[in-house]
Amino acid sequence: MSLTPNEYEQLNKKYSPSSKTWKNCAMAFLVGGLICTLGQAIMNISSSLGLSVDESGAAVSISLIFIAALLTGLNVFDNIAKVGGAGALVPITGFSNSIVAPALEFKSEGYVLGLGAKMFVIAGPVLVYGITVSVVYGIILYLFHIV
Amino acid sequence: MDYIKAFVIGGLFCVVAQILIDKTKLTPARILVSYVVAGVILGAIGVYQPLVDFAGAGATVPLTGFGNLLAKGVHKAVTEQGLLGAVTGGITAAAAGITAAIFFGFLIALIFKPKEKS
Repeated sequence: MSLTPNEYEQLNKKYSPSSKTWKNCAMAFLVGGLICTLGQAIMNISSSLGLSVDESGAAVSISLIFIAALLTGLNVFDNIAKVGGAGALVPITGFSNSIVAPALEFKSEGYVLGLGAKMFVIAGPVLVYGITVSVVYGIILYLFHIV
Repeated sequence: MDYIKAFVIGGLFCVVAQILIDKTKLTPARILVSYVVAGVILGAIGVYQPLVDFAGAGATVPLTGFGNLLAKGVHKAVTEQGLLGAVTGGITAAAAGITAAIFFGFLIALIFKPKEKS
């Protein structure tokens, strides 16, 4: 069976994405799972130090955000994201990276409209939609006397 | 045991996002927005908290957990303060994460040099 390069490319396209997807999913599962396990470790340490559940949750967020921000500054986070894909993106580490990466990149455009503004390129929409939906939820709770 | 639960549930949240990225045209930014909004909605209808109770950090660390935190804060604040709580509750509950991200983000961006363009 002989194939023209064009046919080969089509066949390649047809069969390779699924195996790539499997590999991506496995890596996302692994990296995302490990980040959450690290979060759980910080949570357990915090509660053993006497922090409440809510306080421990805050400690987990702050720690993971700091670690991800530092790794972004050190150029390490990009490599983790290349391997882990959504596994690095979906945990709160991805939120932290989405703030630091553009802030660093656009620092050359100034500290106000470069660093200060561009840090919200992705985090901004996340906050806008998250907060808006939560306010709508609060209004619904109030109007319908659910609480 | 709580480590295994956190690993599996947290991993599954990431797999769902990976499938969405690979199979649809959703960009990572849209995934993040969708996850937070989904977290608010799942928290509002009361299905997310049981998952948090089960999986701990496996449910709070993914961005859906951030959305759930917003919903939880709003619920608590509306209970205590009425309508004002709809406005104050979300960010109050999520204050640690948001402020840490802004503060550390600023600090790191200030100290480190941007990556060399290749």
